[in-house]
Amino acid sequence: MYDVLIIGAGTAGLTAAIYTMRAGKTACVIESNMYGGQIVNSPAVENYPGFASISGYDYANQLYEQAKGCGADYVTDNITSVYRGASSFTAIGASGKYEGRTLILATGAKRRKMGVAGEDAFSGKGVSYCATCDGMFFREKDVAVLGGGNTAFDDALFLSNYCNSVTILHRRDGFRGEAAKLASLKERENVRFITDVTVDEITGDAKVSAIHYTDKKTGEKKELSVDGVFVAIGQEPDTAFLADVVELDASGYIVAGEDCETNVEGIYAAGDCRTKKIRQLTTAAADGTVAALAAVTYID
Amino acid sequence: MASLAVNKDNFEAEVLKSEVPVLVDFWASWCGPCRMLGPIVEEISEERSDIKVFKVDVDANQDLAAKYGVMSIPFVALFKGGEVAKSSVGAVPKSELLALLD
Repeated sequence: MYDVLIIGAGTAGLTAAIYTMRAGKTACVIESNMYGGQIVNSPAVENYPGFASISGYDYANQLYEQAKGCGADYVTDNITSVYRGASSFTAIGASGKYEGRTLILATGAKRRKMGVAGEDAFSGKGVSYCATCDGMFFREKDVAVLGGGNTAFDDALFLSNYCNSVTILHRRDGFRGEAAKLASLKERENVRFITDVTVDEITGDAKVSAIHYTDKKTGEKKELSVDGVFVAIGQEPDTAFLADVVELDASGYIVAGEDCETNVEGIYAAGDCRTKKIRQLTTAAADGTVAALAAVTYID
Repeated sequence: MASLAVNKDNFEAEVLKSEVPVLVDFWASWCGPCRMLGPIVEEISEERSDIKVFKVDVDANQDLAAKYGVMSIPFVALFKGGEVAKSSVGAVPKSELLALLD
């Protein structure tokens, strides 16, 4: 039995591990994927105090080594359910069972999916959730960006440097993204906008060849030939398996304040999976700290 | 350990004409998830003598990446008899890469 069981090895989870170990307790971090979380996709992190510029990969590796160096255990497993015992919690994964006196949920968030036909089938074959990762494969090609917020604008700006054309498809007439970004997009000759539409389907053969949508005003069904579709409609937390364990808000975020305490005593939420306004590396690290010290106090 | 790099000049001889299955990791130096996956691919290379393991730098070999429809990296493909038999996209755990070999 560990003092603190941590689900998720992004910035919040690994920071929690460091603070737990330094407080003289035991910690195990369980991660379903690779450690590091979303920041691994960032070519350069330039807003983390103390580092003028560091790649997401280097940052993640250093954080992981630091947590391991403090003596934290690390396991790769996909946790599918969590049970509450009399004085402990059990997390059940695909390959094992883990017990902790307290639990820190640091499962993070990921890009939200559209939920349209063809999206999953063409994932990695033209459908992408990371423009900076996959953009270079669409040099001189025609792509669509789905969304109307800053993520969509950033993706479109980045892609317009390489692609033949970038079409932003958005479900509303107006945009949520910053006006300055919208203005620079409008200046680019290869960027165009199609607004007030519903995306119906992504089609192709071995790879994406078209996106199908409906004009909400006229009801007219249309098709746009594209080689790539970049989905940028925001994020969603990785918390589906926790619905029966802790209180989630309507979007699936774990309800907890700055003290990271959930509605269940002994369970804490840290990082992007928690209800909060700002989701940054610094706030994830802060959450990991607060949650770990709260867990330690709870045990004592 | 020996370099695992292949390029367009030796891809046919090393991968397509190989008598044993070949695991090929399409990657790039700027791709964080690729660098996370790299050590795992190298581990598999050392552990499995029944297959060959190679890495393709997509920046230097854009034609190879295009030929095999690579649109997201890391992209790991298992070649059998000159064809892609199975593939995986993203920085997946080792167990998922090993599952390609089953």
